[in-house]
Amino acid sequence: MNDAARISVVATQRHDEHSAQAKVKLAAKDLDFYYGDYHALKNINLEIPEKRVTALIGPSGCGKSTLLRVFNRIYSLYPKLRATGVVSLDGENILDAKYPMNRLRSKVGMVFQKPVPFPMTIYENVAYGIRHHERLGKAEMDVRVEQALRQAALWEEAKDKLKQSALGLSGGQQQRLCIARAVALRPDVILLDEPTSALDPISTSKIEQLIEELKHQYTIAIVTHNMQQAARVSDYTAFMYLGELVEHDVTSTIFSNPGKQQTEDYITGRFG
Amino acid sequence: MNATALPASLSDVRTTRDARADKLFRWTMTGAGMFVLISLIAAALSMLWGGREALQTFGLGFFTSTEWNVGTREFGALVPVFGTLVSAGVAMLIAVPVSFGIAVFLTEVAPAWMRGPVGMAIELLAGIPSIIYGMWGLFVLAPQLSEHVYPWINDNLGQLPLIGAVLSGPPLGIGMLTAGLVLAIMVIPFVSSVMREVFLTVPGRLKESAYALGSTKWEVVWDVVLPYTRSAVIGGVFLGLGRALGETMAVTFVIGNAYTISAALLEPGTSIASTIANEFAEATDPLHKGSLLLLGFTLFLLTFIVLAIARLMLRQLAKREGN
Amino acid sequence: MSTSLYTFRKVKNGVALTLSIAAAIFGLMWLVWILWTTITKGMSSLNLDLFTQMTPPPNEPGGLANALFGSVVMSLLAILLGTPIGVAAGTYLAEYANKHWLGETVRFVNDILLSAPSIVLGLFIYTVMVAQMGHYSAWAGAVALAFIALPVIVRTTDEMLRLVPQQMREAALSLGVPQWKVTTQVLMRSALPGIVTGVLLALARISGETAPLLFTAFNNQFWSTDLNQSMANLPMVIFQYAMSPYDSWNSLAWAGAFLVTALVLLLSLAARTILLRNKVTHE
Repeated sequence: MNDAARISVVATQRHDEHSAQAKVKLAAKDLDFYYGDYHALKNINLEIPEKRVTALIGPSGCGKSTLLRVFNRIYSLYPKLRATGVVSLDGENILDAKYPMNRLRSKVGMVFQKPVPFPMTIYENVAYGIRHHERLGKAEMDVRVEQALRQAALWEEAKDKLKQSALGLSGGQQQRLCIARAVALRPDVILLDEPTSALDPISTSKIEQLIEELKHQYTIAIVTHNMQQAARVSDYTAFMYLGELVEHDVTSTIFSNPGKQQTEDYITGRFG
Repeated sequence: MNATALPASLSDVRTTRDARADKLFRWTMTGAGMFVLISLIAAALSMLWGGREALQTFGLGFFTSTEWNVGTREFGALVPVFGTLVSAGVAMLIAVPVSFGIAVFLTEVAPAWMRGPVGMAIELLAGIPSIIYGMWGLFVLAPQLSEHVYPWINDNLGQLPLIGAVLSGPPLGIGMLTAGLVLAIMVIPFVSSVMREVFLTVPGRLKESAYALGSTKWEVVWDVVLPYTRSAVIGGVFLGLGRALGETMAVTFVIGNAYTISAALLEPGTSIASTIANEFAEATDPLHKGSLLLLGFTLFLLTFIVLAIARLMLRQLAKREGN
Repeated sequence: MSTSLYTFRKVKNGVALTLSIAAAIFGLMWLVWILWTTITKGMSSLNLDLFTQMTPPPNEPGGLANALFGSVVMSLLAILLGTPIGVAAGTYLAEYANKHWLGETVRFVNDILLSAPSIVLGLFIYTVMVAQMGHYSAWAGAVALAFIALPVIVRTTDEMLRLVPQQMREAALSLGVPQWKVTTQVLMRSALPGIVTGVLLALARISGETAPLLFTAFNNQFWSTDLNQSMANLPMVIFQYAMSPYDSWNSLAWAGAFLVTALVLLLSLAARTILLRNKVTHE
């Protein structure tokens, strides 16, 4: 069995488990994105269904990370970057300047490629974001921190080390800490930007299992350059190329019977 | 919806409050940055302002006059400027080859275990306060030079044509050459550490390909490393020069504080910084003080130009590295 | 391949490398000689009186107590004044103006200030403070020293903050935490060892500076705690006593020189150890 066929078998198995129709959580409509004069994203129309995992795949430079970073407006840090169009979250346009940043950031969390624990204790790392948004007593905060660490499958390993520096954790543990940090705010959506590309295979599979569980509570969008990973974890897959959304469908369809020739070429490894 | 507990309206208020705090923070940080900018301009202008009377009285002739007479109230900058330039020049003449040698030693010759400690020892030299150099120069070096070295130089080298005029003078031990030597010792750590850092940025592949062609270590240094780092090396030299020009205490102790211009390096002389250091406290005449301030401004201008060139040269290498 | 050419190159190589060893020995020799002198001459005059007695008239016994006190007071004040502005300006450069033309200009100016002759800064404070106030003061001395400490702190803060990975900024911001909190609570914390190193290096630098004090705090024979008057300090006392013809004063000068050198070396070593230790844990 060749690669493409193997991937499509895995994808089909997943699809059968989640055939119920899901409502739309996050949607990009006529979205364009510019780095200065460079037109990085062209007329993107994409719907991310609620409580499902949507994977963004494509070759380097296709714009998948760029698109992901539009969803929490992290690009607004940089003066030369701008977006036009609409991105609606629960019906409200988050690209509107009037949409409050705090609300956006508490609804949409992000985990980055490189695990970046803050130079604080494990407990503080998780509590940091919560502290800014809510005023909680110590007992309540302890509960929230534990919940977040459990959701990130880190509680058992970390519960005796809560007061130790987060820098002492291994790479895989640090990344799970970053996930705990993000879920601590109880967002609706979690964006994952190549979360396992810096990790070893064991940590990678631990995190993939995590994603399986997290999607029961959160809407997840994941950017990955590893097609097999996309097939393993996602319900829907969007294939992008040179800033355009080429195809977006149920994962099993994309990997077994893609509609566009370009998609099929990428899946079968004719280019990458 | 399982978003965080704050109701929408409070979260929005939070957003505006955060935005305002961010703006205040940004303005404070920017203010501090501007403070740095203004400080330099203020420093330059203040000395110019303080010296305005002298500038008005003497005009540009101030810079070409060799007079310095407190009694007749005639002041000119040429002697101190000459002293500054010559002492710094002598210093660089000694320091540049030595620093280069040290940098080569630390990057190519020394065994790996030696490089760290020796490098650190040389940097410790950089941290020693200049007044210590001055004291050591006056109490320890000068007597040695005056007894053992200078008489020999004056008697033997002083007779040679051309450079004999330079390498002669009374064997006092203090004077222009001593000042230059002490300055050189002060400047060597700076220049050698810049050179060493810069030599280490040469990509290993470049050197390896030269070795593969059969080059000797020296040839790799001279033909590969030095051309690659040329502008930064010049930058480092200028950095050292800037330091040598502005040094006060080390020079004041050993330059002799004599108001003369002479080609003979063994003669005493004076520099801008040592003139100011020696005379400022007792200068009661505003014209005297003003002249000293104007001298200070001259020194500032001189070092500014040298340091600006240094920075430009160092940036050129950083740019090539892709920094 | 002509063997004589090869031999010539080999000889040239040997000569060049031998010269480099000679250069290293030359450089180290001075260090050893200077330190040796300072230690021997200084330690012979070391005694408890240094810390308990005031600076004396020539040929009378005494100590350096008022000078030590003055130096400590003015150095600490200088650090207190210079550190907040320095850290803020460094933050400005790294977080708000990085790669911006205005930021580059400020960096350039800071570099000039860093390497500028300290006598220039002394004259600057003289004209804006001492001339205006009509008399020398410890305040002026502290301010002059602050201007010498400032560029060191600006540069280290700037460089250390720029070392913090960009993703840490983005990670903190994506939690909804505002920029100012991210900078102070996360970024500066990450860069803290480096910033502390900068402060220690600045302190080491100002401990030995004489020229700026010549025109600002000047010197004081007696014990004084009045910041509005001239105040004794170690560098000025060393200068005055060393240039004098009196043996007792010369010995005191050497004792002072020893103390200053020891302090500066200790501070530099402390700074280096902090930096090294944290480089290891961070990576």
